Amino acid sequence: MQALTNRVKVLDQKPLTFKERLYLPAIFSGMLITFSHLFKKKATINYPEQKRPFSPVFRGLHILNRDEEGRERCTACGLCAVSCPAEAITMESAERQKGEEGLYREEKYAAKYEINMLRCIFCGLCEEACPKDAIYLTETFAPANYSRKSFIYGKPDLLIPDPTKEPEAFAKAQGGIKAHKEKVR
Amino acid sequence: MGTTEVIFWFLTAVAVFSALMMVFSKNPVHSVLWLILVFFTISGHYLLMNAQFLFIVNLIVYAGAIMVLFLFVIMLMNMEGDSEPRKNQWMTLAGIISGGTLMLVLVAALKDTGTQRQLVQMKEGQIGLIHHLGMVLFKDYVVPFEISSVLFLSAMVGAVIIGKK
Amino acid sequence: MTNHLNLLPYLSIDFALLFEKLLLIIVVVTGSLVVAMYTTYAERRIAGFLQDRRGPNRAGPFGILQPLADGLKLFMKEDIIPTSSSKWLFIMGPGLAMLTAVMTGAVIPWGSALKIGEKVVSLQIADINIGILFIFGVVSMGVYGIMIGGWASNNKFSLLAAIRGASQIISYELAMGLSLIALLMLTGSLSMKTIVEQQMQGGWGGFLGWNIIYQPLGFLLFLICAFAECNRTPFDLPEAENELNFGYHQEYSSMKLGFYLFAEYINMFISSTVMATLFFGGYDIPFVNEANLANHWGPNIVALLGTVCLLIKSFLFLFVFIWVRWTIPRFRYDQLMDLGWKKMIPLALANMVITGAIVLWLNK
Repeated sequence: MQALTNRVKVLDQKPLTFKERLYLPAIFSGMLITFSHLFKKKATINYPEQKRPFSPVFRGLHILNRDEEGRERCTACGLCAVSCPAEAITMESAERQKGEEGLYREEKYAAKYEINMLRCIFCGLCEEACPKDAIYLTETFAPANYSRKSFIYGKPDLLIPDPTKEPEAFAKAQGGIKAHKEKVR
Repeated sequence: MGTTEVIFWFLTAVAVFSALMMVFSKNPVHSVLWLILVFFTISGHYLLMNAQFLFIVNLIVYAGAIMVLFLFVIMLMNMEGDSEPRKNQWMTLAGIISGGTLMLVLVAALKDTGTQRQLVQMKEGQIGLIHHLGMVLFKDYVVPFEISSVLFLSAMVGAVIIGKK
Repeated sequence: MTNHLNLLPYLSIDFALLFEKLLLIIVVVTGSLVVAMYTTYAERRIAGFLQDRRGPNRAGPFGILQPLADGLKLFMKEDIIPTSSSKWLFIMGPGLAMLTAVMTGAVIPWGSALKIGEKVVSLQIADINIGILFIFGVVSMGVYGIMIGGWASNNKFSLLAAIRGASQIISYELAMGLSLIALLMLTGSLSMKTIVEQQMQGGWGGFLGWNIIYQPLGFLLFLICAFAECNRTPFDLPEAENELNFGYHQEYSSMKLGFYLFAEYINMFISSTVMATLFFGGYDIPFVNEANLANHWGPNIVALLGTVCLLIKSFLFLFVFIWVRWTIPRFRYDQLMDLGWKKMIPLALANMVITGAIVLWLNK
């Protein structure tokens, strides 16, 4: 039969020669191989202290963005929920009342915004669908937990810190988003 | 009573007790284990007579190898109470008679030998040391020794032939 | 006065000797336990290195407290005795395994002798003239730890593993004994101490007297048999996870399991030391004339240096044990028996005959 590729290796089923039946040369060469691995670079890292860099397109937990004045950007348009293939996002919208202009950027806002992290497949379609720059996927991943309920992330879990109250934490979160955007581009 | 005697009587008591336990225990595996203890105590007696070679060879060969094979067989056999065939009463009687006869012969033989008057050399006997034993075996008793090795060889060959069938 | 008290003066016990030996026994036993503990650590660490990993490095600096943590874990675990097991034998199994493992250290000469004041303290618990045979005897007792444990567990896999282990140990004991007979023809003595002292007489400060130079094949056979006796890979069939779950100690938990695992490591250490003693000069410091050195530095320092030297040699063998474990896969059972009976024993016999012939020829 003609071989399909030139990479075919014919299996050699001859009985072992005397040298092979001594086993010891093969064992010694194997032991040399393992010994040489003593001095090789370790493939693993000391995890909590050292971390591997994520790939540029890594998609982790979501955050809800604020603008510079600390107003929520989300208008509860529902595009993210529509685009979500796993149907992980639910939201309820509400109308902005008088006196809440400092809290919400537009007239409509999300009163409830929940992502079920157990359903989410971290595809990033919500991020692409969002017209208001309101949702981003970060480089953190969901920590382990005991109950299913705790994996439904509400607004308090998702919103980034308020720049008027915690400017440093906000800058950090914003910086992450900017870096993320640049990397994806 | 010196240390040697204390140890001697202790070993003797343990040996007799475990020999009795070997006979009377219901579970064959326990019997084997008691028998191993008997071998240990007897090895201890050898040691008291300064027969170090006999001591260790008794341990290696009897306690270490032969009893392991015994254990093998007993562990692999299904030793349930039901599977044991009921014994004939005549068989029991025959067993008692033959056992009693054997004991009679042994007692008679022991009575006639001079062991009662001749004390065992404790602690300083040299005959059990490996050097002397080697001299005796390979100088005085070479022919019987070699013949017994031929006997063992023939037993091994026989076992192989039976195994091949 | 009771009879009991009257007995004491007649018991001719040398209490100084008793105390000295007791101290030595305690030191040797704790020493081998500590070495066994750290061998578990070394095993995991070296396994990590050989597989390009890091190994345990969390408990303490470089993870050196890991064995303590493991021991504590084993102590804290629930101790389960299966209801269908035979209880006393189940408890006896690990005890026997541990006992036989620790007992072998008694005849190994750990060093020459210390001189404390006028008293000469030998660094060997018992210099009996059948030292090697004693080791064989104790090793053959080691089978019972495995067999009793395996049988008492009342578990098919345990029993199978126990029987495998026992037959493996018996088979390789033969080859081991035969491989040593050639060595004994050269030394003419069964006492470990005499064998070491003979090796120290060789040239180059004792190095040329090492038995490995005269008995390379014997050493190789002994090494392979030592692997089989310690149930180490490639002969770890009694613990073959993929066919017997966990082997003969499957039903064991807590410190009883710990005893079995520990006994294995102690056996490794002791057999490493035996190899170092029989073939690599024991406490002989290579390229150094101990007698000259003792004149300069005093005998005690040299004796301790010799002990350190013996320990270094046996640690090297321990490394080989670990190294082989993470290199060579396990034998199949028929291959194991084939190797033992059809290769090792004939080779050992040939080695014996050749050595015997050469000894006869040289002595003529």
